[in-house]
Parts: sequence; structure tokens; C-alpha cells
Amino acid sequence: MTFTLKVWRQHSADEPGRFVSYQVKNVTPDMSFLEMLDALNEDLISRQEPPVAFEHDCREGICGSCGFLINGVAHGGQRGTTVCQLAMRFFKNGDALTLEPWRARAFPVIRDLIVNRSAFDRIIQAGGFISAPTGTAPAANAILVPKEDADTAFDAAACIGCGACVAACPNASAMLFTSAKITHLNSLPQGQPQRDQRTLSMVAEMRNELFGSCTNHGECEAVCPKRIPLEFIGKMNRDLMRAAWHWHREPLVIPSLVQLPSAEDSHEQFHEEVRIHEEDQAHVEAESPEPAATRR
Amino acid sequence: MLEARIPSGPIEQKWDKCRYDMKLVNPANRRKHSIIVVGAGLAGAAAAATLGRQGYHVHCFSYHDTPRRAHSIAAQGGINSAKNYRNDGDSVLRLFKDTVKGGDYRAREANVYRLAEVSSNIIDQCVSQGVPFAREYGGLLDNRSFGGVQVERTFYARGQTGQQLLLGAYQALEEQIAAGTVTMHFRSELLDIVLVKGRARGIVTRDLVTGQLDCHAADVVVLATGGYSNVFYLSTNAKASNCTAIWRAHRRGALCGNPCFTQIHPTCIPLSSGFQSKLTLMSESLRNDGRVWVPKKEHDTRSPNDIPEDERDYYLENRYPSFGNLVPRDVASRNAKEVCDEGRGVGPHGQGVYLDFADAIHRLGLQTVREKYGNLFEIYERITGDDAYTVPMRIYPAPHYTMGGLWVDYHLMSTIPGLFVGGEANFSDHGANRLGASALMQGLADGYFVLPATVPDYIAANKLDPVSTSDSAFKAAKAEVKDRIDKLLGVNGKRSPDSFHKELGKIVWDDCGMARSDAGLRKALARIPELRDEFWHNLRIVGTGEELNQSLEKANRISDFLELAELMCIDALQRTESCGGHFRVESQTPDGEAKRDDANFAYTAAWEWKGLDQSPAIHKEPLTFEYVPLSQRSYK
Repeated sequence: MTFTLKVWRQHSADEPGRFVSYQVKNVTPDMSFLEMLDALNEDLISRQEPPVAFEHDCREGICGSCGFLINGVAHGGQRGTTVCQLAMRFFKNGDALTLEPWRARAFPVIRDLIVNRSAFDRIIQAGGFISAPTGTAPAANAILVPKEDADTAFDAAACIGCGACVAACPNASAMLFTSAKITHLNSLPQGQPQRDQRTLSMVAEMRNELFGSCTNHGECEAVCPKRIPLEFIGKMNRDLMRAAWHWHREPLVIPSLVQLPSAEDSHEQFHEEVRIHEEDQAHVEAESPEPAATRR
Repeated sequence: MLEARIPSGPIEQKWDKCRYDMKLVNPANRRKHSIIVVGAGLAGAAAAATLGRQGYHVHCFSYHDTPRRAHSIAAQGGINSAKNYRNDGDSVLRLFKDTVKGGDYRAREANVYRLAEVSSNIIDQCVSQGVPFAREYGGLLDNRSFGGVQVERTFYARGQTGQQLLLGAYQALEEQIAAGTVTMHFRSELLDIVLVKGRARGIVTRDLVTGQLDCHAADVVVLATGGYSNVFYLSTNAKASNCTAIWRAHRRGALCGNPCFTQIHPTCIPLSSGFQSKLTLMSESLRNDGRVWVPKKEHDTRSPNDIPEDERDYYLENRYPSFGNLVPRDVASRNAKEVCDEGRGVGPHGQGVYLDFADAIHRLGLQTVREKYGNLFEIYERITGDDAYTVPMRIYPAPHYTMGGLWVDYHLMSTIPGLFVGGEANFSDHGANRLGASALMQGLADGYFVLPATVPDYIAANKLDPVSTSDSAFKAAKAEVKDRIDKLLGVNGKRSPDSFHKELGKIVWDDCGMARSDAGLRKALARIPELRDEFWHNLRIVGTGEELNQSLEKANRISDFLELAELMCIDALQRTESCGGHFRVESQTPDGEAKRDDANFAYTAAWEWKGLDQSPAIHKEPLTFEYVPLSQRSYK
């Protein structure tokens, strides 16, 4: 098989990019899309041209590293498939394929098809966890989890954080990604104590990172390699309403006071400070609509 | 030279005694100490999060854009734990015994016992983090069985257990990053370890986006950088997985333990073309319900469903009636190779055996099979175009895991004081063969429980003078790193990095893979230095060192594989016995099983670097077996 590729080439974040056309010959139907790019790169190296930079690692659709747009479709258009798992037999011999990096304000291009997706990490930092310091865990079977809840949590936790949902959304919204993590943790009994603060913080951080909002296009669900359903965005919105509706009493201490560094660094004071600080943080996160901003 | 620091006393009290004897760091003093953790997979992320939560200042390094990409994420089947929820005879002692035996008596008993002991805490910890393990309808945790054992002790989250455990550790790490106790360094690759006054006190890294070289100083360095299966080029490892961190540490004086102990996983999708860039694993859990067979006739080209029952050879069930399809990986792989060598392999190149689910679907129903293995069947269909619900899967062994790695003592400290090694990067626990669902267990045991106890002990017990990156040792290491990069870029030859990697991989696979012989290993040992020489004279990298340059990253990693491969062959050559995954054709039992030689080889080979083109020196750590008596492994 032979393909004409139009590839986005951009040397670095500060330089403008452009499309460059390449011919790739001797492609076999069993090759994966990335193996086809490997072949292109070998060819480019032999011609002393810089190879196309693209991100990839596990090549079995689970690490979430890979991803770019093929003819405008994130991961290329085969349902539930990352681009590393997409076989060339999916395309027709002679096809012209345009390759572009994810396009979103929150995902700046680093080089060629590689973008910076650190914004996703910061959404997780805002509350995408259950606080369980090592060593304090109750016996595993002491917490009963109904199978249906465990299954829902798992379906949501299957997200690989590749960013296709953002790239496919006309608003560059990260709501499918965020709602998947919220649904995973909020569906479980272990996730209940932090449920409200988690939802409020993560949604606020999503907005701070310049992702857009959901307007029900459903493009994200269509390209998601793990088939995360749109329904989770509904769940997230319901949890957001629930969190806003819950009444949390005012914190007892004024945040700005305890955050000042203490003059002396004695053992007891350190402990005291940490204790108050943590208590206070919990309230701030639950109370304020923009806790993440406060924290940073 | 090899002081394993194994605590005295009965085996079930060793870890308690070790912890009791440890020195502690006052909570207020912890933040005055900094710890470098390299790697953010299961072991690295778990250690960084736990040490951060304890109050130390942790700097965590990853060459990925986020810790969630580490290759731990690709582990499928599950994680072992001696919970005995099934009431089928499991216990800490049983898990201990299974692991020692599964590793063919080449692991340290004390380490394995500790692993079994903390396995139960790992499940508790992960459940409280919200890892969505499979559940039964009553809400309790579900279990399944894995190779090499006769109890059901494996916890799982469909076919994505590694992903879910890694996300648990990743989320704990992100929480600590937000709290400010862990500083994360993304897209940052370790290129050297820095020793000051004989202790590991820092690292040199390269920023993969800008190419800038940086020095980082700390009180302790922890490596959790994974295994080196990519030395074979084609393996189930992620493309970037490499040996650079452990190899550079080895060159700085850390001994390398049993480098020839590699695991060839029996259930992978067979190779299809020369362009193939990696092999894909099909979880071993499939052997719970799938039946392995080949046609009885040689070169049988009929479609599998046309071959009648009495013309099929269910060779594992026939040869190993008590373990059947669930024999350990080394045994399953070797048998697959044997039947294929006999000409009974299936598929286009005759390099494959069937894994058949027809019976399981008949017995359990399509729905149950889909629920248990749905995603694996999907992966299989995407790659091969075949529907495994109707046609048996074709599988073949592939490099998957490396039991060898940096030698560590009971505290997981290497022979360089202050350099700790966790997870697959160290050599401990699995001996000559790892049992299924034990890698996740070991990574998390090291990360959550062992390192967070032993690293503080080191900090408390030693007076560590402050060092800064302006120290001459840092400057010298950085200059060396820069030289090496300039040298790679300056070769200006004709061949791409990948072409060297493929050639090296073929040499190692042919002669240091599933079957090893004296002649083959000597051939490889002659060929590898030649290839290495060509590499340094005919390599071509396009671009510079001051930009994101994936060819340079690859070439740099391959340059280390080219040195490690030689040590693997040297190690395989000196160990003239067969054990576990190390199969020397000269040493077999009459029925073709691996034949150990306990009188001469009951030791760990720890190799010392003596310089390039110099023979490495071997140090032997004798292994004694007080609790699991040495015996010929039998799964019949």
C-alpha cells in the first residue's frame, strides 16, 4: 500500500508550524499506524531530514501517550482504538492522510505531533484522589462495594488520559476526562468523604486550565479509545449540584493567618500548624467555588 | 563485598526485627532531607508518594509527560496476595513457598518471605485508594488463579489491573505534588548517578524538550526504573523502557545481579511482519479458562475448527496433569517452543500455538467469558483481525520481564551506599523465574512498604554532610554525560539507531533467549562488541542535542543495551546449569525439563564493572534454603 501523508511540522513551541507532504510506500495492511510512521522516519533519517516527532510508548492502547488527528479525527476513526492499535488495513491504498497534533489552548504544541497535556495532571491534583496515606488502610473486605458500583467505577477508571476528548470537542472541553475521574471515585464508598470537595475543586481547576464547557456534541464519546460514555458528564453535573447544595459550615480559622510561615520551627508548632492547615484546607475546598486557585 | 544484611531469627520475625532495629527520623526533621526517586511506575510513584507523605522532600523524575504513562500500566492479569479469601489453603507461608519454588530456588528466602508478608497490606492499601478491583455480587473482592500455583489468590480489575494500581499510586503521588512534598520533574531522563565520598548523592538528567543537562543533589537516590527486556528489541515492554539508569549506576560501581535471568512470557500475539515494532501480551489469566493445544500432525494447515478433538495435542494438560495449562511461565514457554520446533506450530510462520476458549464458552456461557476477558479479546481482534470467540487465539512466547537487575541487600540498597533500587530494576525476590501476578505485588511492596522503611533508616543512621550541585563530582559527571552525547551526535555515519537495536535484539534473542548453549553464547559474545564498534562508527542521528530529539534518546538508550547485552551473555555462559527461565541446552533432565545444579550454582551472580572491553568480575552471594527444601521442581 502507498499513502500520501500531510504532516504538521513544528520545530518548537515558539516557532510557527506548517504542513509537509511525504509519500510512504511498501506499507503492509498488518502494520500499525505508528509502524507506518516508523518506516517514514527511517526513510527521513536516511535522507538526513529530521524525523517526525510523535509521542508513543506501550503501543498496546493503555499508556495514553499516543494520539493525533488523522484527517481531523482523533485517533483516526476506528471505534475504541488508539492510534497505536490502528492497523493500516483500516485505510484504503492511496489514501491521502493529514496528521495534526491535538488542537486546544490548554494543550500547547511542543514539537510536530507532540503536545503538552500537563493540564490533566493539575486537574487530578485538584482532587482526583482518595486520601489514604500508606499504612492506615482498613482490611480490604471490611468495605463492601456493590458489584454494580464497582463496575461503574471501573468503566470510568478505564480512561487513559490521552486527551482525544479535548481534541475532538469544538469547545476543547475536558469534561469527559474530568467526569470519568469524578465518577470513578464518587461511585465508591471509599470516595464519599471527599466527594463534594473533589467535584468542586476538579471542576474549578478544569475551568482555570482554559478548557471549554460541554455543549452536548458527543464528539468526545465518539473518539474515546476507551469508550467512556457521555453519561458520566451528566453524573458529574449532578454531583456538582449536590456539592453546591450541601451546606458546609464556616471554617473556624482565617485561612491567611495559618498559611504564614511560623517564626520558630519547633516540633510541636510544626505539628500544630499542619493540623490546623489541613483542617482549614478541607473547609476551603468544600466551601469556595475556586479552591484550586486559592491553593496554587 | 556482598553484605546482604539479612536479619537474624526465624523467618517470620525477620522483617519485624529489621524494622525494630531501624533508626527513625523525627517528623520535624524529615523535611530537611531530600530524596530523589527516579521512575514513577508502581514502585517509584508508590515510594515517592509515601515518603512525601511522611514529610521528606522528594524529587521524582520521569521521562514521560506524566507519571501515569509508566509501563506498569500495561500489566493485565492481576496481583497476588495471601488473603486466603477463598479458604482454599492459602497462607503467607504458601505464597512464600510457591514463589521460592516458582523462581526455581534462585531467590533469597528472607526477601521472598517479606514479600508474601506485606502482600496482604498492599490489597488493603489499594482498596482504600479506590482501586476498582473485581467484586462479587455480595460486595466482596473476587479472586482468580494464575500460573504455577494451586490456590486462587489473584486480585484483578478486569484485564487492566496494572493500569488501576498505577492510577492509584499516581493519584496518591499527585496529591503529594499538590501538597508540595513531592516535586515532579517531567520529560527528564537520568543519564548518570553522582557519587560524593563514596555515597550516591545525586543525578544528572537531560531535559527531553530543551536538551538541557541538569544536576540534582539529595541525601538518597532511589532507582525504580523498570526492567531491560527491550534489549531483545521485540518485547512486550513499552518502546521507551530501557536500562540506562541501572546501567549507568552499574558503571558507577553498583553490582548487577543475575543479568541473564529474563522471562519469556508464553502468551503473546505472534510476530507477523518485519516492520513489527513490539509484541503484545495476552494476559496469562487467559490460561485459567483457555486450553493450549497444537495439531498432533506436523505441518497441519487445516483451520483449527476443522481439526477433530482426537487429532489435537493438549500438550500442557497431557504432560503436566496436576497444573495443566497453569504451569509456570518458563515451563509453558519452553513447551511452546518445543512443539513449534517439532514442526507442529500453527499460523503463517509456524511460530504459534492455539489458546482455545470453546470449552470455556460452552461451560460458562459467552457472557461470563466476555466479562472476564472482553478487553483482551478485543485487543487480539484489533491486531490480528480474528474473533477469538469463534476461532482459537494464536499465541507465542515473547520477552516480557527481567528478574535480573541491580544487586540489592535486604534493605534494597545497592552496593553503592545511598543508592536504593526498587521494583523490576532490582534483582531480588523472583529468582530465575517470576510467577504471574507477582510483579505488581513486588513493585508495590517495595514502593509502599519496604523503601519507606529502609530509606529513612539510612538517613537516620548516617551522618550526611550537605552537598551542592557545584561540587566537583557533579561537574565531572555532567561533563562526562555531555561528552557521550556529543560523541553520539558526532558519529555522522549511515545507520539509524533502530537498525542497530533490531540487529542487537536478534543476536540476544537467538543466543540468549529461550534456549542458551555454550556455542551460541560464545558466538553472541563475539558479535556484540563488533556491533557496538560499528554503532560508534556508523550511527546517524539527525538534529542536535539542544532540542527534542527522539533519535538521540533512542541512540543513547541503545548504547547502554549494547553493553548490557554482553554482560547478559557472560552471565549466561558462566551459569552452566539450567534454572527457571535460564535454559542451558546442556543441562536438562531426561524428559527435557530444566536441570539445576545446586552443588555448584546455588548463588546469585553479582557482576562488577571493570571498564569497557574489560572482563567484569563476578561476586557470589551464596543462597541457603532453610524453609523450602531444595528439590527438583515438578508440576506433573
